[in-house]
Amino acid sequence: MTPPGEGRPADAGQANAATRPSALRVVLSGIAPLVLVGLMVWWFLLFGVNYVRLGPPPVEKLAIERVIFKPQEITLLVRNEGPGPLTVAQVLVNQAMWDFSITPGRELARLQSARISIPFDWIEGDPYNFDVITGTGVRHVRTVQVATATPSVSSRALGIFGLLGVYVGVIPVFLGLLWLPFLRSMPRSWMDFWISLTVGLLAFLAIDTFRESFEVMGRVPEFLNGLMLVALGAIGAFLALTGIDGIMRRRGGSRPAGARGMGLALMIAIGIGLHNLGEGLAIGAAYTLGEVALGSFLILGFTLHNTTEGLAILSPLVQEKVSWRDLFLLGLVGGGPTIVGTWTGAFTYSDPLSLVFLGIGGGAIVQVISVLVRARAESGESAIEALAKPRNIAGLLVGFILMYLTGLLVAG
Amino acid sequence: MADAARKHAIRTLTEFDTGKVTRLKDGRVLREYWIDALNTEIEVAPGVRYAAWTFNGAVPGPTLRCTEGDSTLVHFTNKAAMPHSMHFHGIHAANMDGVFEQVPPGSSFDYAFTAKPFGLHIYHCHTMPVKMHIARGLYGVFLVDPKTPRPKAREMVMVMNGFDTDLNDEDNEFYTVNGFANVFFRDYPIPVKQGELQRVYLVNMTEFDLLNSMHTHATFFHVYPTGTTTTPTNYTDTITLGQGERAILEFRYDYPGRFLFHAHQNEFAELGWLGQFEVKP
Repeated sequence: MTPPGEGRPADAGQANAATRPSALRVVLSGIAPLVLVGLMVWWFLLFGVNYVRLGPPPVEKLAIERVIFKPQEITLLVRNEGPGPLTVAQVLVNQAMWDFSITPGRELARLQSARISIPFDWIEGDPYNFDVITGTGVRHVRTVQVATATPSVSSRALGIFGLLGVYVGVIPVFLGLLWLPFLRSMPRSWMDFWISLTVGLLAFLAIDTFRESFEVMGRVPEFLNGLMLVALGAIGAFLALTGIDGIMRRRGGSRPAGARGMGLALMIAIGIGLHNLGEGLAIGAAYTLGEVALGSFLILGFTLHNTTEGLAILSPLVQEKVSWRDLFLLGLVGGGPTIVGTWTGAFTYSDPLSLVFLGIGGGAIVQVISVLVRARAESGESAIEALAKPRNIAGLLVGFILMYLTGLLVAG
Repeated sequence: MADAARKHAIRTLTEFDTGKVTRLKDGRVLREYWIDALNTEIEVAPGVRYAAWTFNGAVPGPTLRCTEGDSTLVHFTNKAAMPHSMHFHGIHAANMDGVFEQVPPGSSFDYAFTAKPFGLHIYHCHTMPVKMHIARGLYGVFLVDPKTPRPKAREMVMVMNGFDTDLNDEDNEFYTVNGFANVFFRDYPIPVKQGELQRVYLVNMTEFDLLNSMHTHATFFHVYPTGTTTTPTNYTDTITLGQGERAILEFRYDYPGRFLFHAHQNEFAELGWLGQFEVKP
């Protein structure tokens, strides 16, 4: 036993520090790199920048993010997405200099946005070209193919776009669900075919979602890095659904969620619902941006196209007992988000946000595909091997072609 | 800067550089002019800057005026960043033509010739690529009066031009008279006395568009193509000129009030080529 006051306190302290550093040291070592980076930034902005300031002033870049048509007035929402400040000098409408007012002012700092109001007697249905010319004479262009009054949030507009969502997303999914008795009357050996048909449908939807996102990407300012927004949504959705799948699997014991019909159907419905959210966004925005006139033909096209989505939700339920309540719930999960999409797209559309949503939709569908394939794979079989059976290949192709053909109705 | 551009456009309307006049031993008049080529940032429409190449700091350059038969000596100094030259329209010796004798930065060149024929002429840089050297602003009016002066009139110089401000597509963003969009519409409607003879020296220095034109409202004008005759060849209210083409127009206003004049290519008018005469009794 060591008497009190003896021993070697200094050594003990050293040993302590080596194994378990003091709180102060932890904090310091965490902060030190930040402080050094801060010092470097400070020095660079004060002195260093003068050494690297070479060449001509940077090229001005201005995005015309949104065009709003109101009676006798057109409003452009613009953002300076160039590397330095710029001045809005002139505005041309269809190649004619036009009077305008701008708030908060003509001088825009980097990433600052402004609102340009142009008194203009525009005509419904005509195409319009907008050129904003900035201080150094650079021309920034936006074209609207078909001018349409921008809807403002009113109970009437909410009703119209809500109804649109119901037509395009909700009703078709429910109609597709009505195929359940038909599927049940088919031989049980056809099960694999229906599942692979669903995989084909979903593969089409996933690709279609990403294609849509590429279109939007072209409109998003470069600095926002549109591709990464899609990736963020896709990877996030994939991982989140994988996590949910894992939780459901643990609750259901050893059996994977995919093997239980209702769980799998719900996963498919969620994936399709997220896809439909993106689709609704696109429809609402396209209408607002004057890119489509929502003719009756287009709406019918979407209705037929989306009926196949109901079919996709059904396939895991063929051999299960399922209540009307559950079917209703699945339809709502799969189709309901379309309404949210059309509303959001029409009234508060934002390209960057819809990229995230499109990514989520795409990622969710890919995850559902992976669950479906794994669920059908027999033990020791890889996903590819499971798909490569003649009946499955046939199902895949039929599903894909079905989507393609009904998709033709939407073209235009 | 917008102010400077406006003032230059208005000054160009009525300001003539008649040079430093001396008499040669043979009794002829000698006129000397001093012209510098410069890189100058100008403004071509409110808020729109343009990295111009200029003669004496603005677009168009000064209007050089003399009389047929005068001995003319132009002292040219290149203070810009690349070779330039001065090519005069007129009749002169090959080595005074400003094409093969390029003037490098920091150098000078004297152009000496006898002014002929009388008429409304131009000078511009003739360094390759010429379209760029003209589009960037290196041009001006060279006016040679006939020995018997034209009738007394209120005289105006109007140089029609365009500016491809984004410099990347050979497509003019703005069209102007004397270098600033709509200057004679918004900033300075041109005051005119009712019934007084008006003479416009109209010059087309537009690049990238084949033609430019002028239309006067509520009056007709007599046309003297290239100003090389003293009898008009046409009586009209609209004249179209090709690149480098020019004409003298003479007209009066019979009624007081405000009268537009503009390019009758109305797409040019909408992009800055618009003006008005304010006729007072």
